[in-house]
Amino acid sequence: MSKNGKILTPLIENDCNLLENYKKFKGYEAAKKALKMSQDEVIEEVQKSNLRGLGGAGFPTGRKWAFIPKNSQKPVYLVINCDESEPGTFKDKYIVSSATHVLIEGIIIASYAIGAHTCYIYIRGEYVEPARRIEAAIKEAYDAGILGKKVLGTDFNLDVYVHRGAGAYICGEETALLNSLEGKKGWPRMKPPFPAIEGLFRCPTIVNNVETIAYVPPIIQNGPKWFADMGTERSGGMRFYGISGNVNKPGIYELPVGTPLREMIYEHAGGIPGGKALKCVVPGGVSAPPLRPDEIDVPMDPDALAKIGTMIGSAGIIVMDEDTNLVEMLMASIRFYHHESCAQCTPCREGTGWLDKILQRMLSGGARERDIDDLYEIGDSIFGNTICPLGDSAGMVAKGYIDKFRGEFEAYLSKSIAAKSANSPELKKAS
Amino acid sequence: MPTITIDGKELTVEKGKTIIQAADEAGIDIPRYCYHPGLSIVGQCRICLVEVEKMPKLQVACYTPVMDGMVVHTQSERARKGRKDVLEFLLVNHPIDCPVCDQAGECFLQDYYMKFGLYDSKMLEDKNKKSKAVPIGKHIVLDSERCILCTRCIRFCDEVSKTNELGIFHRGDHAELLPYPGKTVDNPYSVNVVDICPVGALTEKDFRFRTRVWYLDETNSVCTGCSTGCNIEVHTNKKREYKNEGRRVTRLKPRFNKDVNEYWICDEGRYSFTYVDAADRLGVVMKRVKGELQESTWAEVMPEVLTALQSAKENNKRIAVLGSPKMTNEDLFALKKFASQTLGVSQMPVTVLPKEKPFSDDFLIREDKNPNTKGAGYLGYDTDHKATRKLLDDCASGGVELLIIFHHDLEAGFETELVKSALSGAKTVVFVGSNANTTSARATYILPSCTYVEKEGTFTNFAGRVQKINRAIEPLGDSLPEWTIIRNLSRKIGKALAYFEAEDVFKDLTKNTAAFSGMSYSAIGDGGLVAEENGKLKQGDAKAAAQKTETATA
Repeated sequence: MSKNGKILTPLIENDCNLLENYKKFKGYEAAKKALKMSQDEVIEEVQKSNLRGLGGAGFPTGRKWAFIPKNSQKPVYLVINCDESEPGTFKDKYIVSSATHVLIEGIIIASYAIGAHTCYIYIRGEYVEPARRIEAAIKEAYDAGILGKKVLGTDFNLDVYVHRGAGAYICGEETALLNSLEGKKGWPRMKPPFPAIEGLFRCPTIVNNVETIAYVPPIIQNGPKWFADMGTERSGGMRFYGISGNVNKPGIYELPVGTPLREMIYEHAGGIPGGKALKCVVPGGVSAPPLRPDEIDVPMDPDALAKIGTMIGSAGIIVMDEDTNLVEMLMASIRFYHHESCAQCTPCREGTGWLDKILQRMLSGGARERDIDDLYEIGDSIFGNTICPLGDSAGMVAKGYIDKFRGEFEAYLSKSIAAKSANSPELKKAS
Repeated sequence: MPTITIDGKELTVEKGKTIIQAADEAGIDIPRYCYHPGLSIVGQCRICLVEVEKMPKLQVACYTPVMDGMVVHTQSERARKGRKDVLEFLLVNHPIDCPVCDQAGECFLQDYYMKFGLYDSKMLEDKNKKSKAVPIGKHIVLDSERCILCTRCIRFCDEVSKTNELGIFHRGDHAELLPYPGKTVDNPYSVNVVDICPVGALTEKDFRFRTRVWYLDETNSVCTGCSTGCNIEVHTNKKREYKNEGRRVTRLKPRFNKDVNEYWICDEGRYSFTYVDAADRLGVVMKRVKGELQESTWAEVMPEVLTALQSAKENNKRIAVLGSPKMTNEDLFALKKFASQTLGVSQMPVTVLPKEKPFSDDFLIREDKNPNTKGAGYLGYDTDHKATRKLLDDCASGGVELLIIFHHDLEAGFETELVKSALSGAKTVVFVGSNANTTSARATYILPSCTYVEKEGTFTNFAGRVQKINRAIEPLGDSLPEWTIIRNLSRKIGKALAYFEAEDVFKDLTKNTAAFSGMSYSAIGDGGLVAEENGKLKQGDAKAAAQKTETATA
């Protein structure tokens, strides 16, 4: 650990995609320690650390692992979700590219804890270089006796495979990911059964985000209390925040869970260029409903954000200054969902396209009086009625922007309608 | 067994069932597009949203398993709004071209709009364009714009026909149902996808633009395409006859029977009805005059046939009868009774096996392309092909004076030489059948008989299940049911058969044939009853049949 208390950042900065570099950071010591513990002890340590899933949903990791049925007759799988595609999110890319071995070490510990002997890393297709690096690191690990038969000299066997996605956001949803991994269309599955009971190839499966698994070795190494103490009461440790948009220093920042959003924007990211005023912040990737400037004193903690009607998601913060047209921003978000909707269930398939069409029309000068109400109603009709959270997100986002910035939407609408009437030949003739 | 409440109605439901299944059993209507009881459950159309107490979100009734104490509301404001919203979404890119759509009148979108929708659309945008009128198989046309992507057809091809031709391509509202590259939907069961398509996306080439469905009448019947005896509905168009190019039967649709065909029929069976109004259909009594077949009448021909029978009997010449497994149990029983009592015929073959083995599989399509071979066996006919050959040999060697043949095209199963010499060996050949063939062309008399859609009766399928057929249309021209022809003969010669309707024959049959004892038309109902060689009904079968009749009428 480096002097400023960061955990994974030093690994990224020191090219720990290479085994020799990772060895300098006590590489694979945590795995050796874990392999001497019992499986339940490992799960308990992770539970005590308050590590929560860092991919978006924020489910307690140890508790998820404990869902794997004991003494299952079927093989158990570990699947690493590296289909990082949420707009505003770009943290996993750095971990798999430059802290690759800590991910592999985490995989060993997690696989041991849940009794898996096969792990698949599902990486988004566009991540070409990260995929190449992780393949190389896995090869290094196999050659060094870290993976394969007799992991680190113990009786534990583990094979790790990299599977590259074909470019669908929906495959980041864990059950769609499993379908895609099985060679099927990337459509989310109905739940229950949850993957821990019936996942990959209908066998018990744990799907974890890259970052989540990367924090496992330090937790085992330093103990759960050390990690838990860094975070908030119910969410332990540190995490990566990706900050983008109108800030002076966009990038990824590893900071404790619960760091206030204001501090994130104005201290770590260096504030807004040109000293402009803040208009809107998305706290956790485009799927998180936006916040107004008066709401940014919230700590970046799953529970605190949920309380004010948004979510931490993947902690991808998007900052928008006073010049941003939020109708455009909403359109960009909705266009994304429209493009990525998998087409399986009706409200999302038809609703996202419909929202997109209305927004496109509004932005090309064809706004109508009732558009805002329509957007809101359609968003509301999608929300809660779909198989997976993609539809929910689209609905939440449409509703979120209108709830928080209705005035701005109305102003845009009246300006646009006025311009339309001014340009209408019929009206000109009449006047 | 869990007890649940749906709309205030308390129900005890088998564990593992889902809400929609429980509701179906209780007669509570929950709308559905993707859910089909014969396919896996995917929960993706979302039209079956219901409110379940203590659950924050609306739940899909098709997928949510029942749990003890569950309280479900299908008519609450939230549930109604949920369904209305889903319906509105489904229609966002739907062309709403009902006036030119063949599905109109039996379309779930129309039905549910009237039931749950009835809103003014707020959709003002241009609709997405997709492919129209794509022939995706020999019998099927796809209109992608009408498709609601419920995947019923895909699941049918994956799970039932197991041929995997269809998939959904692209994403979001650009997604489209299409066959996989290089594939067409041409499996032996392909048209079932049209039946289960809840909208007008998949239509049947044969039915397209033929008639509006509200002009159709439905009659329960049994497919005669093979010995499986799939349950069907015969759809006839008596109200707008001119709409059907002279065809009185418009289409056949499968009818649910869990013990026979479940929800499906094969394509071969579906189009097997065409002989009913085919060009070779026999609708006129005919007799041979100076070597030529000429149109005649029952009044002229019956006395001549009777005279021929009488003279053969009096001169102790042999009369031979070749029945057909295409005849109903009633026809076969009347024939057997008349032939053995009055004509002194003891050996009665029925089977002519085709020269080439026909297609069959391990699902619904059987090698025996006759609906009633099993019944013929129960009624004492010899169902061995060799018995028919022996009969022909006897005819060829001049041992038979008068030969009565039902339906068979002998050349389909025997060498032309043998058939020729057999038919010329007998002095008189009486052909009774519905359609002309090479055998009828050599007959002395042709007595036209009804097809299965023009008469009442029963068939016994390969498994011994006795099933009822009903009259959907009037007999063509002079044609009569076979048992009526036999009855009419019996009135002038020997002991008259006192039958006035098919049921009279069946009553007599059950009294005299062990396998059918205890059966009646009402007990057979819509589901059928299993006959047993030892004459006992399978345990619980009668009860099950009675129940099924109830549910069918419900």
